[in-house]
Amino acid sequence: MLDSLLAYPQTLLGPLWPAVWTLVKIIVIVVPLMLCVAYLTLWERKLIGFMQIRIGPNRTTFFGLSWLGGWAQPIADGLKLLVKEIIVPTGANKFLFVLAPIMAIMPALAAWAVVPFSPELVLSNIDASLLYLLAMTSLGVYGVIIAGWASNSKYAFLGALRSAAQIVSYEIAMGFALVGVLMAAQSLNLGEIVKAQQGGAGLFSWFWVPLFPLFMTYLISGVAETNRAPFDVAEGESEIVAGFHVEYSGMTFAVFFLAEYANMILISMLTAILFLGGWLSPFPASWGVLGASSFGWLILKAFLVVSSFLWFRATFPRYRYDQIMRLGWKIFIPVTLVWIVVLGAWMQTSLWIWWK
Amino acid sequence: MFWFFAAILVFAALRVITARNPVHAALFLVLAFCTSAGIWIQLEAEFLGIALVLVYVGAVMVLFLFVVMMLDINLERLREGFWSYLPIGAVVALLLVAEMALVLSGPYFGLDEAPRPASSPAGYSNTKELGRLLYTDYVYPFELAAVILLVAIVAAIALTLRRRKHGKYIDPAMQIKVRREDRVRIVSMPSEKGGNE
Repeated sequence: MLDSLLAYPQTLLGPLWPAVWTLVKIIVIVVPLMLCVAYLTLWERKLIGFMQIRIGPNRTTFFGLSWLGGWAQPIADGLKLLVKEIIVPTGANKFLFVLAPIMAIMPALAAWAVVPFSPELVLSNIDASLLYLLAMTSLGVYGVIIAGWASNSKYAFLGALRSAAQIVSYEIAMGFALVGVLMAAQSLNLGEIVKAQQGGAGLFSWFWVPLFPLFMTYLISGVAETNRAPFDVAEGESEIVAGFHVEYSGMTFAVFFLAEYANMILISMLTAILFLGGWLSPFPASWGVLGASSFGWLILKAFLVVSSFLWFRATFPRYRYDQIMRLGWKIFIPVTLVWIVVLGAWMQTSLWIWWK
Repeated sequence: MFWFFAAILVFAALRVITARNPVHAALFLVLAFCTSAGIWIQLEAEFLGIALVLVYVGAVMVLFLFVVMMLDINLERLREGFWSYLPIGAVVALLLVAEMALVLSGPYFGLDEAPRPASSPAGYSNTKELGRLLYTDYVYPFELAAVILLVAIVAAIALTLRRRKHGKYIDPAMQIKVRREDRVRIVSMPSEKGGNE
């Protein structure tokens, strides 16, 4: 069906076809992602509202559909930011000032190229996709640093320094957690990693069981990597106003915002894929639709992880900066190192039951 | 594709040494690293290409930028000694060019010496092959390099480690263990008599 539909543009475009078709696939990924980002902001405000016994945004609606709550809020916010003036501070480096938000969102979107949505559905099924993801997430810090420096503002610069040190530190713990995953899965390919979690034990054959310390490290480092509360000292408003993006307004600010939320969704998607079995169903295969592995399970797992990010924000007070560094270097890195050694020894024995 | 990447690479590398602003120079170095990673990936060395981005762009250059941004570099003073250093710099540059020319024009380099590698079979994993070589054939040099790096890390930390004598260090474990009884003393006092309501 799809092949016959695609035959006509294929002959029409000729040699340009692969580029155009890839572009179409990229759009198919990015547009829903941006919608998810928009509605994640609404969900964040709603969920934290529920947790604090408030209602959250409930005024902005379309067509008077008030029972849906403030479901037009993200659109209204986006529109407002879109038409606001972009103010470039005096003495700022104009080129880098504009480049910084682009540098922030570029890796957040580029990483999605290797994320598999189902066994076949992936934009680019490369062999070393886990490495590619690590490389892309490590590029995200440039947006923050360049923004802090180009703004010609002390607050922004302090925020950028904090954020850069924090991201570089937590990347190490994150990388070690991923080393554990690739050891257990014996592959760097995300699709293969999910397949390695397919076992008879359903829920318990996923990697969160044998790699539990790494799972916790990855999850918490993920929160720190995306500069989310309780690790959001980069924008600690009580100390440095709003950190690296204090001088940004209008759409340039919105792009930073989009990048942060896209990164959040990416990290939760990866947690779901690497540790929570991806598209595999937690129920036995005999349960029909519930037992079948599907895209819906992946979305559900990612949704739960991303909601827990919001939960953390509503629950914990902000960490002090030296304690963030202590947690990253003195707790997470030793924990991951010890568990990698334990895992290596464990996999050599017959007690290892996760792959045959 | 190669020429496209090569042109960007040469341009970025030139800008690294000609850019007036050191932060711009560092960012052009980042661009140069990314482009050379692109060239490596085209040569089917995807592990090396990604590792270059991961290690150099993602970690080393971030710290580098960090330092460069905090330095207050006075360009006028840097340029003062330009003419007096030019002769020795030129000699070093000429020597380097001559050495490279000697090595590259020797009998071991050239298109004839390096035949086009056979295209790799399907399912070939660059990463797996590298790992196999590193941990079997080259395991001793590899471990040796790791130990040397470890010694360097320990030495660097030992050189810069200083304990502050009057630092107000807080032990988080102690903070967590604090109980109410340690901080608050409940005193029972007889209430005052005869207030004027």
